[in-house]
Amino acid sequence: MATTTATRPASTGIENSLSTGRLPKWAPYALLFGSWAVLGIVFLFMQLGGMTEQYNISGAIFLGTVLYIVLIAAISGLVEGRRQATDRFVTSLVVGAFILALLPLISLLFTAVSNGAARFDLEFFTYSMRNVVGEGGGAVHAIVGTLLVTGAATLISVPIGLLTAIYLVEYGRGHLARGITFFVDVMTGIPSIVAGLFAYALFVIFFGEGVRMGIGGAVALSVLMIPVVVRSSEEILKLVPNELREAAFALGVPKWLTILKVVLPTSIAGITTGVMIAISRVIGETAPLLIIAGFTPNMNYDLGDGRMMTLPVFTYFSYANQGSDPAAYIDRAWAGALTLILIVMILNLIARFIAKAFAPKLGR
Amino acid sequence: MTTAPAKAPRIQAPKRPGDRIFSTSTVVAGSIILATLAAVAIFLVAQSIPAFTAPGEEVPTGSFWSYVGPLAFGTVWAAALALLMAVPLAIGIALFISHYAPRRIAQGLGYVIDLLAAVPSVVFGLWGATVLAPMVQPFYLWLQETFGWFPLFYGQVSGTGRTVFTVAIVLAVMVLPIITALCREVFLQTPVLHEEAALALGATRWEMIKTAVLPFGRPGIISASMLGLGRALGETMAVAMVLSPSVVVSFFLLTSTNPTTIAANIALQYPEAHGLGVNVLIATGLILFVITLAVNSLARFVINRRKAFSGAN
Amino acid sequence: MNFKRLGSIAALTVAGTIVLTSCAANEPAPAGNGGSSDAAGEFVGEIVGIGASSQGSAQEAWIAGFQTANPEATISYDPQGSGAGRESFISGAADFAGSDRALNDEEIAAGGFGACAPDAVAYNLPVYVSPIALIFNVEGVDELNLDAATAAAIFKGDITTWNDPAIAELNPDAELPSANITAVHRSDDSGTSENLMEYFVANAPEVWDVEPDGVWPYEGGEGAQGTSGVVDAVTQGTNTIGYADASRAGDLGVAKIQVGEEFVEYTPEAAAAIVDASPVAEGRDENDLAIEVDRTLEEPGIYPIVLVSYLIACSEYEDAETAELVKGYLSYVASEEGQQVAAEEAGAAPISAELSERVAASIEAIQ
Repeated sequence: MATTTATRPASTGIENSLSTGRLPKWAPYALLFGSWAVLGIVFLFMQLGGMTEQYNISGAIFLGTVLYIVLIAAISGLVEGRRQATDRFVTSLVVGAFILALLPLISLLFTAVSNGAARFDLEFFTYSMRNVVGEGGGAVHAIVGTLLVTGAATLISVPIGLLTAIYLVEYGRGHLARGITFFVDVMTGIPSIVAGLFAYALFVIFFGEGVRMGIGGAVALSVLMIPVVVRSSEEILKLVPNELREAAFALGVPKWLTILKVVLPTSIAGITTGVMIAISRVIGETAPLLIIAGFTPNMNYDLGDGRMMTLPVFTYFSYANQGSDPAAYIDRAWAGALTLILIVMILNLIARFIAKAFAPKLGR
Repeated sequence: MTTAPAKAPRIQAPKRPGDRIFSTSTVVAGSIILATLAAVAIFLVAQSIPAFTAPGEEVPTGSFWSYVGPLAFGTVWAAALALLMAVPLAIGIALFISHYAPRRIAQGLGYVIDLLAAVPSVVFGLWGATVLAPMVQPFYLWLQETFGWFPLFYGQVSGTGRTVFTVAIVLAVMVLPIITALCREVFLQTPVLHEEAALALGATRWEMIKTAVLPFGRPGIISASMLGLGRALGETMAVAMVLSPSVVVSFFLLTSTNPTTIAANIALQYPEAHGLGVNVLIATGLILFVITLAVNSLARFVINRRKAFSGAN
Repeated sequence: MNFKRLGSIAALTVAGTIVLTSCAANEPAPAGNGGSSDAAGEFVGEIVGIGASSQGSAQEAWIAGFQTANPEATISYDPQGSGAGRESFISGAADFAGSDRALNDEEIAAGGFGACAPDAVAYNLPVYVSPIALIFNVEGVDELNLDAATAAAIFKGDITTWNDPAIAELNPDAELPSANITAVHRSDDSGTSENLMEYFVANAPEVWDVEPDGVWPYEGGEGAQGTSGVVDAVTQGTNTIGYADASRAGDLGVAKIQVGEEFVEYTPEAAAAIVDASPVAEGRDENDLAIEVDRTLEEPGIYPIVLVSYLIACSEYEDAETAELVKGYLSYVASEEGQQVAAEEAGAAPISAELSERVAASIEAIQ
């Protein structure tokens, strides 16, 4: 990594010999701001000329960036030659891709925060919805439900998923390994509602018709979560250099200890990313939870007994079933959505923090 | 994924209890997955049989195959559009984080993109329907005015922007963090020696990436795309909340009449379904299962042809 | 090492949960000393209902009202959908169901309701009546008159512009734009769609040539999920028209519907009136109050596009305590107080005193 930044020679005193045939360092920036300014003025005239009603700032920035990409490639091609031009072109594309991805993120977060702030208050985190109609009420029952159900799903999925990934990478050969790899892929295609129906059918066998329990929701979510954990962990474990394993074996370390002490710590950051992706994938599920975990305005701490509310279900139904005072319901829905995002973010941070503590201290 | 040379003499390692316990538990974990999947498959097939066997006139939706055909098309169509947008973007972002951004802030930027993964699908649905759709609708009008000759843009532009194109954008945003995260991890694992060798030969940064990073990361990219595709194919709530659906085969991106996806259709019809209707919907779920199976087999086939780059062999 | 990490995550989560919530502030402790200041009401126990999401917010209000009066009773209602509700009631997963249509003759004849006594029948009780409004968002148009044939043609896609002669004829005073109509319908299977189509079929069979169904039959038009989705789409789109529970119309324009010679706007009374004027389905148990809404009535003071949603209960429950609680809850729902609560909180049309009495008599017959 460190070396990749060295493509451009460091500026030294002898400017002329090293920078001939090169664009000066400030050129790309000047070009970028220049194209934004040009398009900004064009759009300003369009607005003044009455062609557009509002000032189209996103259009100006977008088209300005396009203009920049064209210009930098063209100018660089003239000054620096084709290879450098391609390099600059790709660089601006790559940076552009990143900025483009930020736009929906910013829009989403802005929407969630600005709409969710109205009800993001103490009552929201201390009240359930029991006997609440119209305004007020809170989502504490749903928050507890989501944490319990998702936590249980994680406890089921991560050991199974991770062990399977280890099997596939370290032990697996032959039909079983190929079968598992293949069917894990197939498992990613199970629609979430089918997972819910499956969990319901499974629990009906043991508990009879009408069963609703939080743990059932956890099972449904696990069905969705396991393939993601396996797939991402497998991909990461494969990338652990064989030299590390061989070095450990050469020192007489048993295979299981090698995996536990060498392979897993090396890849812990990637595995954590994978697990967090898996959690984010399932924590927002609505349909399966409604079928097997149910809908209730009441608090329930017991995964094994009765209906348990979850945040996505809360959010969805606050939005879908609005009463006479829609604002109260919509505010609750967005506050629920914001809480859900925050929960995942906090879990993410905690997981990364822990992963960092365990990961070997490497240069990367 | 190790394949020992065929004729090499095997040296028996001492069997330690730790080894045996550990390897057995990994096999058990793998088998649990197979068992679960078998159970799901049995459930799906058992529930679907009535939909296949019942006489056509009793099925509430008419002939099952003419019903599921457009749905299957819509599922693949929406997911393909989403991947078409998401994969290049994700590779770009992953490259930016792994090879372009200053090292100091690269990790932080990675977290920022991961934040997108933290947004639950209900929220994507709310956002897509109430924010994105009205925002892109004028853009669609402009697209049709300017590029109306382009076949995909035929037809009357939707008045609300809830088209399959909007859904594809939402899906692309949803799968973006999944693909990015994996690609990033894979790119970061590119052997530094390869990169340095390329640079030492005078390659520009892009040439280095083209010759060292991308070939090394290709199986990872395909794997990541498949994970993303799985999500895009099976996504339920966001599609249901954003799309203006019909059961049709239509390639037009900007009209109100859009092909709907299997998962979204199940979510929309299931609550009111009864009797045979439930079986029909579950049978469409089985079809989705089969589609995923087919797509994944294809991807596996592609990856296996380029196995040489896997690090663990 | 991963298990340690997992353990830490779990520990943190649990710790966070405990810090976050020792208990919901508004819920009584298990001993039941919170909630209302009165002593415990007469009902205790727990029953479960599953069914139509159209009743969702009304059920919320009813449950809150009933539980406030009876703090030791717990009613659950999963707004999973009518179909799921009926299936659950038949299989015994629910003690009562909410449904946008009554159980049909076949379902009743099949019998074998899970929570009921062996020979029991099911009672369909019409307790939730909601007018369906045709909502529109058209620039420069505040009032809109429509008759059944025109409305049907708009939703079917035969009429595509707002200044179509058919609309102009009904609205001589309005300045109709020449813009395209975006007609928004429900993309999910819903009782609201079915009721609207019943109205079209009854009054404009020459235009609406398909059977009423919960699923939208035509390919054209704009689909949106649920009442909220339709309202959002109509609000955010331009030159749109849609249909939704009247309580959700908000600031949107609401079309007046031609009944006889007049154009009427929905009112709760007018919606309840058509239910009163319609006959009860024949050939059923005398306590089964399935209504056959007659949407062709031309009497003054009725609004023909209504959604009648039922609560379905057993005539005799297997379990006496369940029966007591169901009776208590349903009596509250059908009472004037219950209907008033639903009107205030969910915008339902309160059923008339006459119908309320008949429903009460049916509930009394539950054992």
